[in-house]
Amino acid sequence: MSKITLTIDEQKIQVEEGMTVLEAAREVGIEIPTLCYHPDLALHGACRVCVVENLANNGLIASCVAPVEEGMEISTRSSRARRARSRNVILLLANHPNDCLGCDRNGTCELQNIAYSLGIRHETVEELAGEKRDLPLDNTGPALKRDPNKCILCGRCVRVCEEVQGVSALQFSKRGFDSIVTTAFDLPQSEINCANCGQCATVCPVGAITEISDIEQVWTALEDEEKHVVVQTAPAIQATIGEEFGLEPGTIVTGKLVAALRKLGFDRVFSTEFSADLTIMEEGYEFLDKIQQGKRLPHITSCCPGWVKFAEHNYADLLELVSTAKSPQQMFSTLSKTYYAEKSKLDPKNIFTVAIMPCTAKKFEKEREELRDSGYQDTDAVLTTRELARMIKEIGLNFNDLADEEFDELMGKSSGAATIFGTTGGVTEAALRTVKEKLTGEPLERLNLGLRGIKETVIEIGDLTINVAVASGLANAAKLLEEVRAGKSKYHFIEVMACPHGCVGGGGQPLPVDNEKKDMRAEGLGSIDQRKYVRKSHENPMIEKLYKEYLGDPLGGKSHHLLHTSYQKRDKN
Amino acid sequence: MACNCGKEQTNLEKYLAPLKGIMKKYKKEEKYLIPILQESQDQYGYLPEEVLKEIASSLDLSLSQVYGVVTFYTQFHMEPRGKNIIRVCMGTACHVRGGTNVLQVIQDELGIESGETSPDLKFTLETVACIGACGLAPVIMINDDTHGRLTPEKIPAVLGQYLE
Repeated sequence: MSKITLTIDEQKIQVEEGMTVLEAAREVGIEIPTLCYHPDLALHGACRVCVVENLANNGLIASCVAPVEEGMEISTRSSRARRARSRNVILLLANHPNDCLGCDRNGTCELQNIAYSLGIRHETVEELAGEKRDLPLDNTGPALKRDPNKCILCGRCVRVCEEVQGVSALQFSKRGFDSIVTTAFDLPQSEINCANCGQCATVCPVGAITEISDIEQVWTALEDEEKHVVVQTAPAIQATIGEEFGLEPGTIVTGKLVAALRKLGFDRVFSTEFSADLTIMEEGYEFLDKIQQGKRLPHITSCCPGWVKFAEHNYADLLELVSTAKSPQQMFSTLSKTYYAEKSKLDPKNIFTVAIMPCTAKKFEKEREELRDSGYQDTDAVLTTRELARMIKEIGLNFNDLADEEFDELMGKSSGAATIFGTTGGVTEAALRTVKEKLTGEPLERLNLGLRGIKETVIEIGDLTINVAVASGLANAAKLLEEVRAGKSKYHFIEVMACPHGCVGGGGQPLPVDNEKKDMRAEGLGSIDQRKYVRKSHENPMIEKLYKEYLGDPLGGKSHHLLHTSYQKRDKN
Repeated sequence: MACNCGKEQTNLEKYLAPLKGIMKKYKKEEKYLIPILQESQDQYGYLPEEVLKEIASSLDLSLSQVYGVVTFYTQFHMEPRGKNIIRVCMGTACHVRGGTNVLQVIQDELGIESGETSPDLKFTLETVACIGACGLAPVIMINDDTHGRLTPEKIPAVLGQYLE
């Protein structure tokens, strides 16, 4: 690759050919505002907010898509560049609802931030105020809602859904002022082939796509004296919620998280990691059984509800390969209203179960008709990391100063294997740790599979050779599944997480986010596993107690009834 | 939905047979989406949901992608179209010489608004910006025929020509 010499804001620089002006500027520490640009998605060049001036030919160019050229004299600060940028933002605001105060993204909105940093005044926007759209909201959920009136047509959701997830549930339709990002035939979210992964919500710069909130429901339960409110927190939350309070991505705040949940008034604060260990027991034994009985492989994991719904829409012919083990959220909730109710002498009808999840698809999962093995809806409410942070802020807790506290006993203890569930590859590693030890008595080496794309490895367990593949991002998963469908897959075990990086990159996680931040979150989470005393699910003493005193054996009658589920074919479109 | 052919699998297959014939002529590539849509619309008169679903799945596109293209181009229609397409000119010359009146009378005669199709599927009524026949203002086109210098009184007879 040859080098290109250009100046940016009077600094002479040399960069690789093929780089964009935006990337070159960032190399030398110059920030140019962007809206439709996202580092993890294909270039689009639609919003023109990143416009800069090339003084060599007086051209105004969109820096996010313009490649560097020899002799360019870029000014990101010239009066023409600043005025053009400002004008483009004002034109976006001209059709945008002016209700920042009531918007879910107030404070994390990229349009709001840019308007503020460009010094755009209310009067200027009023002067240019154009026609506003009055389109219906889609809040059929149960996971995500769309407000097309807030949409600025940046196309990030369209790109993430197509490029990263291979779903393409959302597309631009119509034209001109009527242009809108919508589903096929404008069908409601609840009726389309959407996995509810929420990646669209994580890339949306404004409040056009957000989660459907359970906050009010949770406050009502907490304030109801009849209700015994049990909360579980997913493994990934402890490595991400700190970001909501100004901490670096990957900062581990487990103890503060527990303290905050107690202060919010939850009666018991438990960990989904407890039931992740249980998932490993059930799923590990299921995999062992498939190998020993010579049943059809590969075995495919089932803990990610986005992946499960995607499979139901697109790979119904392969559902028999998907583990019947419920997800950790659902195992936990079922046990809250059975095992825990029994142990604590509580009537399950008065138990209200809340799950703190990095995920929007979990909101769909809790509504599934078949997930009522306790005799009630097993999970009552799901809060995303963002929603929980909002509740913590609402009661004015100074999160970073909270003294660390421990999870409650009974369903609070977990192994390191359970912690890494929150990252791509974690479920595989956790399951194989248990499988290998059960079969050979030898511990499994750390896999270190990496965090992006499709990873594969071969694991020798005694005389068994197990080919393993791990995919995060549904487009990646689809590549593996196409091989399985064609009968050309060599794998025995496939793990799928709908979101890139797994749950640390989930649709309910703090915003804004990109792959670099997700790397940091995953590293943070991995460090907990290294430090934990118990690192294998089958050695978790509370899991041993649960089987001994309540469930019997993994895959046994009671386990089968309470901890396993079934799937259904859904339309492809 | 306009047709109920889709209720049974065999009926659906029969209904989609002409489409399958069209699809055979093209490779299964995204770039043939528009010609396939055009031919399908010629065949079916419009683009029903079942047809769009079949096109999407055979080109391995998502339905939202196909829907996006169909709604972008004004040449594509997702509602049944009338046997005869009336285009009323709304250009300046026609406007000055009473084009709005002409439109109103046609709407009253057919009992439909601009953009709609009569329940008997005989007529679809549309307005266009200018058809370039200002000398004949106010002017309308029905299919490929031009009818100029119209007055409200002449309209029933003009429409009558297409009722056979």
